[in-house]
Amino acid sequence: MRGRIAARVGLVLLVLFAAFPFYWAVVASFTPEATLFREPSLWPRELILDHYRALFTERDFWTPIKNSLIVALTTTVFCVTIGAFAAYALARIEFSGKRAVLAFILAVTMFPQISIVSPLYMLLRSLHLINTYPGLVLPYMTFAMPLAVWLLVGFFRQLPRDLEEAAMVDGASRWQSFVRVILPLTGPGLATTAILTFIYCWNEFLFALSFTLGPERYTVPVAIALFRGQYQVPWGQILAATVIATAPVAVVVLVFQRRIVQGLTAGAVKG
Amino acid sequence: MASITLSHIDKQYPNGYVASRDLSLEIADGELLVLVGPSGSGKSTVLRMIAGLEKPTGGTITIGERDVTRLPPQDRDIAMVFQSYALYPHMTVRENMAFGLRLRKQPADLVARRVTEVADALGLAPMLDRKPSQLSGGQRQRVALGRAIVREPKAFLFDEPLSNLDAQLRVETRAELARLHRRLGATMVYVTHDQVEAMTLGTRVAVLRDGVLQQVAPPMELYRRPSNQFVASFIGSPSMNFVRGAISRDGGRPRFTAPGGLSFAITADLPATDGPVILGVRPHDIGLGPADNGGPRGVVSLVEPLGSEQIVYVTVPGGADFVAAVGAEATPRVDDPVSLTIPGPAIHLFEAESGRRIGA
Repeated sequence: MRGRIAARVGLVLLVLFAAFPFYWAVVASFTPEATLFREPSLWPRELILDHYRALFTERDFWTPIKNSLIVALTTTVFCVTIGAFAAYALARIEFSGKRAVLAFILAVTMFPQISIVSPLYMLLRSLHLINTYPGLVLPYMTFAMPLAVWLLVGFFRQLPRDLEEAAMVDGASRWQSFVRVILPLTGPGLATTAILTFIYCWNEFLFALSFTLGPERYTVPVAIALFRGQYQVPWGQILAATVIATAPVAVVVLVFQRRIVQGLTAGAVKG
Repeated sequence: MASITLSHIDKQYPNGYVASRDLSLEIADGELLVLVGPSGSGKSTVLRMIAGLEKPTGGTITIGERDVTRLPPQDRDIAMVFQSYALYPHMTVRENMAFGLRLRKQPADLVARRVTEVADALGLAPMLDRKPSQLSGGQRQRVALGRAIVREPKAFLFDEPLSNLDAQLRVETRAELARLHRRLGATMVYVTHDQVEAMTLGTRVAVLRDGVLQQVAPPMELYRRPSNQFVASFIGSPSMNFVRGAISRDGGRPRFTAPGGLSFAITADLPATDGPVILGVRPHDIGLGPADNGGPRGVVSLVEPLGSEQIVYVTVPGGADFVAAVGAEATPRVDDPVSLTIPGPAIHLFEAESGRRIGA
């Protein structure tokens, strides 16, 4: 009994520890700048919407949101579609070098992002893709695709092989059995993969900072980082922008949390 | 409906494992052929090669008049019932059953009529709009069966379809399958490791071991005249008794002698043989009598009462156990001295080296 209480207390402390920065960001984003520095308080005493209003009047925060949505959604669509075919092949079709391909895909994710920024930059420049949407989608796919493929391989492997075989004996081609039997059953897996890919792209900072040149192509994280001017840091606005960028993602994750956890552990038990 | 012919089928997996070796088998139109064997005997692989889910590494498969060896499963027009049933979880029973016909672009009214007919025949009508997850094991099994029947395929393949059912349901479904086969008159290939299923269902039974066909025969023929020691031991329960020994003839009367002191005269004409043999006799052919009636003697070491009969283990000189199945009215007791009655015609002889049956 005492152990359980101790565990509860520990859990509460852990949650407070993890959630506090976000709580503080929310509170601060509603607090006037002056109060924020003179007499900061954990409890909001005076709530204002000024920071939020300023985001959309002074700063045109819609543009980075639009950019982020376009880049993240496009990347997600490509990754899930192409990833699904690749993962199906890797999970089901026997071909030589399969293990090597899987290992290679995993190895790609091992590079620290910073190590490939310069080569990618030169590549994109020679393709005239700097400061364009494709110039972000393509590099994002280099790290989002391996994630998607690995997740989906796990989902496909969980499906009993009998189902496809039954479909094929019933008269379905491999394509028909994929579309009419496998895909409908992998729906939750595809959704999870899509959500994780989207979040990954939505939060990405380094590539977005390196491959965009002006505010017309900045994504949300880059725009927020560049709020700070030469003489002052508009903390209120930065925190308001953070809340706007984080809240939708947090809601999605909370709603789908069980599925996402399943996705991350899929294939962990069964090889 | 069609016949199926396997000729000289070899199957070797890339890792070197041989699942099938020079297997030739003809399954007549309308026949229910059972492939039986212990696990790892290659029986499922044979079925999967007929279905097209595995490709043989040698030999040809013909369904009807058509060589299908290189055809993918969808072009073979066969139906298969899987051990796991493999129902499509996201489709209702109706959709599951209609799937094959829909893929063949059959008109919707014909599909609906076929599904209703078959569902009525199998008692599935009330659950047509349910998902597989809402059905019991037995019901799922019927849906799997229905899905196969709806298509009116050239042949039905069954891969251990009863092994996931509980004992009572298994017996009922077995009888139902036998009736179904009679009603449809369809060509069926049925894989099982259960010799009772094999014997009760099969028009003929093919016994496999390590990818090699041992014998193909109607069930009773298999029981009466097993072609080798493996088939003899696999078919029949309890399993046949085997003793290694030698046949000698003193004055024309054959006599069997095993090392350790077991020796008895055989009261029947034996095929002309002398020297080392394996003698086999089925438990149900052995009688037990009082210790002094002249047969080989032994001591009862264990009695297993089954109700309708009793399985009696008798230890004979030399230490071997003979298993005898006797009626419910007998009263064998452990440690009783008894003598065995082994009627000559019930004796099977096998070559000591190869295990092949000697004589007719």
